[in-house]
Amino acid sequence: MKGFILSFRSEFYKTRKTAGFWSAVILPLLLCLLLFIGFYHNADKLVSNPGMVLWLRFSGAILGVMGSLLLPMLIVFIAYSVNSIEHKADTWKTLFSLPLSKLSVYAAKYFYALFLVFLCLALFVVFTIIFGNFLGILNPGLRFRDYNMNSILLQIYFKLFLSSLGILSIQFLLSLLFRDFLKPMGIGFVGTITGVILATSRWQYAYWFPYSHPMVALTAASPPRGKGPMQPMNIDFFTNEIYVSLAIAVVVFTAGYFIVLKKSVK
Amino acid sequence: MVISTEGLTFNFGNQTVVKSLSLQVPEGSIYGFLGPNGAGKTTTIKLLLNLLTTQQGSIHIFEKELQSNRIEILSQIGSLIEQPAIYLHLTGKENLLNRALLLKIPANRVDDMLALVHLTEAANKKAGKYSLGMKQRLGIALALLSDPKLLILDEPTNGLDPNGIIEIRELLVRLVNDHNKTVFISSHLLAEIERMATHVGIIDKGELLFQGSIDDLSLLSQPLIQIETDNTVDAANFLKTHKFTIVDVNDHYLFVSYTSKQQMGDINSLLNKEGYTIFSINKQQKDLEKLFLDITQHA
Repeated sequence: MKGFILSFRSEFYKTRKTAGFWSAVILPLLLCLLLFIGFYHNADKLVSNPGMVLWLRFSGAILGVMGSLLLPMLIVFIAYSVNSIEHKADTWKTLFSLPLSKLSVYAAKYFYALFLVFLCLALFVVFTIIFGNFLGILNPGLRFRDYNMNSILLQIYFKLFLSSLGILSIQFLLSLLFRDFLKPMGIGFVGTITGVILATSRWQYAYWFPYSHPMVALTAASPPRGKGPMQPMNIDFFTNEIYVSLAIAVVVFTAGYFIVLKKSVK
Repeated sequence: MVISTEGLTFNFGNQTVVKSLSLQVPEGSIYGFLGPNGAGKTTTIKLLLNLLTTQQGSIHIFEKELQSNRIEILSQIGSLIEQPAIYLHLTGKENLLNRALLLKIPANRVDDMLALVHLTEAANKKAGKYSLGMKQRLGIALALLSDPKLLILDEPTNGLDPNGIIEIRELLVRLVNDHNKTVFISSHLLAEIERMATHVGIIDKGELLFQGSIDDLSLLSQPLIQIETDNTVDAANFLKTHKFTIVDVNDHYLFVSYTSKQQMGDINSLLNKEGYTIFSINKQQKDLEKLFLDITQHA
């Protein structure tokens, strides 16, 4: 466990100045900021909406962009950047000849990638809430303060996080095995596009395909469409795609460890 | 013995890269592990560091079996394999601090190491901007950071200029003499190792062709008599008729295999009597470079 914590801290120390780390911080900031500006300029058209609708539109716009395309691509990038730092510096052999167990080196790297995805999604929640409330303050006509969406947002993003674990594990393993950017990137891109198509076509078995998980999870979480009064939202965490995502994560993580053990360290 | 392997064999697929290797590296030695490129040196080193899993044979380091005491053994080894593994986006100092963090070494040792390899001034420069020699020195500082008992260095002077080579050589000799370390150093250049190594192992095509102290290696070489005269070819033919074994003739020298001092005297007077002018005559050991080639080519 000590080795794991040391390795994890070292991962942070190494990546704190890289694009991989900062993308997890900047992406939520940028996306929320853009939406904030958009809402601010279109305030006239939005003032008539009640607070709940405003929150749903604001967070929904962010989630829509994020969940379908950006999240999988961000995961592809994070998984790549965490591993490429060792590929580029040729430091795998050094890492594995340190007096640390191979499992702690491998697991620390994996959980660091996981942490970055978590951080990114957590920041999405934080920035959505901050910018939403800020809009309400800047333009009191926008009645953001009438409704509190914090807990629902937390739940949605946490579900999104769980649904992304399968992709993360697969991409992590690909980036660990392949030195170049193109293979994991290419597979990730094709997977994401296929995932979006499967999820939007509402194919009933889309939950078997990991790259569809974020979108399937979001679709399940979005409020039922239709006229009439809005129902309070209820997030069900235990859906098929979450089970599959977690199962893939566990299996691929374990398989990855044995591949690392067997693989000759170049 | 600090390192001792027995019957160490390693295959990549069908190809045997290391064949039944039995290394014996005594404590306090500088062990030069020599062989041409592709002889199996790096594979052997990776086996010693447990980067590759032993397929056949055994490895004992500090008298302990490697596989079952991996972490304990690795905590006393500093290593540098091929080109130094350095994070180019971090500064030299940050590279060391990162390693210190991983090994739980107090940060003040980082400055000592920087001073030791003369990188104090470049400490806050990005390692990506370092010259090859600076990177190599940083690699050595990384290997020395944990104050290991055993240093395993794979071609540490690759790409260094003569000054850099001398510096590293002096550093290693100092570590062994003053701090009682053991150094296992691989190279494809004998000349580089010859001046500092106390022991030598020569490997080619995965097989250990020679192992022993550097003196044993010199003993192996046949001494020669080197004669400088005004007409080497005629003198050689003349000596041949008197049943001397001529080893080599060129425009400046002729070489006869040495048997005794008396024999040198005989040759001298014989040639003088025959009217050859002798500029010089002396006994010569075959240089190690040539010996190394002989061993690796005739095996």
